[in-house]
Amino acid sequence: MLILLVLACAAMGIPLLALWGDGRRGAALFIGLNTLTLLAILALAIQVLRDGAFTAGGGQFMVDDLSIVLVLVDGVVGLSTAWFSRNYMLHEKAHWLLSRRRVRLYHAMFQTFLATMLLALLTNNMGILWVAMEGATLSTVLLVSLFRTAEGLEAAWKYFILCGVGLAMALFGTILLYFAAQKVLGHGADALLWTHLAAVRRQLQPQVMAIAFIFMLVGYGTKIGLTPLNNWLPDAHASGPSSVSAVLSGLLLNVALYAVLRAKVLVDGALGPDFAGRLLMGFGLLSLLVAAFSMLRQRDVKRLFAYSSIEHMGLATFAFGIGAPLASFAGLLHVISHSLTKSSVFFSVGQAVQSVGSREIQRIRGLLEFSPFLGWALMLAVLFILGMPPSGLFLSEFLIITSTLQAQPWLTPLLLLGLGVAFAGIFPRLQGMVFGPAPEGIARQPVAGIIPVFIQLALVIVLGVFIPWILVQWMQHAALLLHG
Amino acid sequence: MTISAQGLAWGIPLLRLLAALLLLLAFAMLAQRRLLTLIHLLAWQGVVLATGTALVALLTGQTELWFSAALTLGLKAILIPTVLHRLLRRLQVRGDVEAVLNIPLTLLAGIALVIFAFSLAAPITALTGIVTRGMVGIALAAVLLAFLMMITRRKAISQVVGFLAIDNGLFFAATSATLGMPMIVELGVALDALIGFVILGVFFFQIRETFDSMDLQNLEHIREE
Amino acid sequence: MTAILLELAQVLLVAFLAPLFAGLLRALRSILQNRRPAGCWQSYRDLYRLFHKESLQAEGTSWLFRFAPYGIFGAFCLAAGIIPILATGLPLAPAADVIALVGLFALARVFQVLAAMDTGTPFATLGAHREMLIAGLAEPALLATLFTASLLSRSTSLSVIVAHLEQLHFALHPSMVFAAAAFFMVLLAENARIPVDNPATHLELTMIHEAMLLEYSGRHLALMEWGAQIKLVLYVAIGIALFLPWGIVPTAEIAVLPLTLPILLLKFAAAALILALVETLLAKLRLFRAPEFMATAFLLGVIGLLGFFMLGA
Repeated sequence: MLILLVLACAAMGIPLLALWGDGRRGAALFIGLNTLTLLAILALAIQVLRDGAFTAGGGQFMVDDLSIVLVLVDGVVGLSTAWFSRNYMLHEKAHWLLSRRRVRLYHAMFQTFLATMLLALLTNNMGILWVAMEGATLSTVLLVSLFRTAEGLEAAWKYFILCGVGLAMALFGTILLYFAAQKVLGHGADALLWTHLAAVRRQLQPQVMAIAFIFMLVGYGTKIGLTPLNNWLPDAHASGPSSVSAVLSGLLLNVALYAVLRAKVLVDGALGPDFAGRLLMGFGLLSLLVAAFSMLRQRDVKRLFAYSSIEHMGLATFAFGIGAPLASFAGLLHVISHSLTKSSVFFSVGQAVQSVGSREIQRIRGLLEFSPFLGWALMLAVLFILGMPPSGLFLSEFLIITSTLQAQPWLTPLLLLGLGVAFAGIFPRLQGMVFGPAPEGIARQPVAGIIPVFIQLALVIVLGVFIPWILVQWMQHAALLLHG
Repeated sequence: MTISAQGLAWGIPLLRLLAALLLLLAFAMLAQRRLLTLIHLLAWQGVVLATGTALVALLTGQTELWFSAALTLGLKAILIPTVLHRLLRRLQVRGDVEAVLNIPLTLLAGIALVIFAFSLAAPITALTGIVTRGMVGIALAAVLLAFLMMITRRKAISQVVGFLAIDNGLFFAATSATLGMPMIVELGVALDALIGFVILGVFFFQIRETFDSMDLQNLEHIREE
Repeated sequence: MTAILLELAQVLLVAFLAPLFAGLLRALRSILQNRRPAGCWQSYRDLYRLFHKESLQAEGTSWLFRFAPYGIFGAFCLAAGIIPILATGLPLAPAADVIALVGLFALARVFQVLAAMDTGTPFATLGAHREMLIAGLAEPALLATLFTASLLSRSTSLSVIVAHLEQLHFALHPSMVFAAAAFFMVLLAENARIPVDNPATHLELTMIHEAMLLEYSGRHLALMEWGAQIKLVLYVAIGIALFLPWGIVPTAEIAVLPLTLPILLLKFAAAALILALVETLLAKLRLFRAPEFMATAFLLGVIGLLGFFMLGA
């Protein structure tokens, strides 16, 4: 019941925002809706805590330990983005002369995106999961091209075509999955339900499942930003509004990875853990390295952090590929911490870019001097994203390296190399952006917009220092679930 | 799924013929230079798809597939090509003969892709019954050919046609290779395709407005660094 | 004995009906293009006229130039004997291997090209080069088509293929659909029809086939033209044998021939109509596009082959 409530809360917002989503009223409505959704999610979390995993709607919806963690992150990041977006969009609206219609479109599409993300996490049907992912892509395409600049159009077009083709591959994988499933489960709507599939996963045809998984990995992997299909990601992050960049990195990539993980559980049953695990490790490591080296030559601050997202998702994919429960636990922790931290980074970067009026790293200077609040927010968020100690990312990276040493010791140097290069790519730039004298003619922004940064960073510290036992329990269960 | 012996006798060869036609149309698209003909070919692909779905509905007696077939016919064979046709006229795309890669070479690459698709689908084919034999391979080949078409084209409209052709291939896989996906999934897929198409239509006007051309070479400016 | 008679009858029938087919085709084209046709018998009149004219030999040409018309005509007449047109299992059927048949056509082409180059005139040489370009691309396509059919019947003997295909009655073979499309394209290209070549052109620069005949006159030209007409009929006959074989009877059941003969003639007439339609509807391709056309034919043939392996039919 609560699952449906969560989805209803999110979906209800789409028509409301489409009708009244302009101006301050729209922003307030947007925040209100996301507060409501978060409350519903918390209620759902309490129920999961009490009853464990359960399904609803005739088996079509499902929540378990893996999805509830991500749903919670979704709710938190959704709300803080809504909060951040209020001030951010007021400024952008003035700067770009956005019409009321365009702002309505922005809010409605944003809400659509959040709703489809929740649907993807809460559905039990692998087909609906695909539909939700595609819906999320379509809604974000419009968000990326919101400003209708040549650059935005190019980014959105690339995003649409690449992800559209990628998702077509994922659909083919889903069709093959159904093809394998109907031999065991029979023809009909139930043959794509994940819980049913997981129950019979050992009986699924291995050859078909192997091909199905490859297609799903390529398809959803495009959305995760795995190399070599990551071209769209930096462009889309850079050209869209910063609020959109925050949710792209913070939510969309996670959910795509979630889809791959669901498929991995099934294919592991049919083929044993090595097949999917090696693929994930390979693609993850490759993405990590490529993204890390790409960071060195970025001049655009949003592109820089977009590459950082690829790097982190690569690392998480790698962790899930190792397959040991500890590694999966670390991967999950990494994904959660990354969501919270990276969205904070984009909030603060977004405001910095608005103040300076340029995305070039060279021109963002001395943030601490003209706005200490913003400067600290950016510095802390970026230090955390680099895996500095009190953050959850430190813990997760530490755990990932430890389990790599156990499972595949010879890969550890490569992993460390990637992390080191990423550090070298970001850290020197951070110094320039934060310290030093501020240039002339900077428009100071209201600090209220980046309050969520500190809340989220506090959560990340909690994740790094003392993880609440509830979360530990969920993540342990999820890790075991992924382990098979 | 049970199919009567009578259905096996004439239905399956007909379904195979439709599969072959789908592949043929995919190749025709690859070889086609004129945008208008490209849209016509897309419409024909939609017709083949709808016929195939209707045939599967008839053979297996699933009533919901009739609905799916009608939807396919309305959407893929009539509505989308008509709209594309109108768009082409309203946007006044200049010189509808498009510069493409050397066509014989593209076609040879297409053959290679088909062989690749068939060999990839071979283990699946080995497992399937007489009914759906080879369908997965053909659907995959159609998808990959449409993909190749997207890569070798420059104009936005032909890329969209490629995109829709990919969708057609997938739909064929869903209906003919698995004899019908669950209805709710099919509906969702169709809805996404429709919304995606509408968004692309919006895009056309934006691209046209911003660049004064439909050539995608204009969309190659974002560089690294 | 009846078999040998039948064999002879087939060769004579093809040889003497070929001008009629060409005339019919021309007449149909005229009608479709709103012109007044010269009548179906015009080809016979042309040939008759040419046979009564003096045949001149171009200066500096060798024996090859004189011999080529006979060689070509002979090759096509032999081919007319081995293709099952009226019946399968003819005395020459053991020779009717598809590869041998393609070789026989290639032999005729080699004669033609060599004779054209023998004259040493620029246009003939140009035509020869172009002919080889088209042929080099058409041959693999033709072979791919024929192989599809032989895969289906597990034999490369044309007679066996036709006998097998005929027994299948009406069955849809996707691979044969592709093969048929490919074969039709090859037929157009090999017989110098639109869109690859224009048989009615008078513009030397665009000629392919006609350019090679420029130096010929009288009896030699008549044989060349007649040979070309037979070639067209042979291609149509192969097409009918492979894709619409119903009505071609085994030699043993020769008694039903009077029944099947009208059907056969009807099929030829239909083929003439289709060819006339295609030639009216299509425009001639630029020469540089011809490789594209042939690549498409080859591709279709290969898809037919692949389709056979994939779909098993």
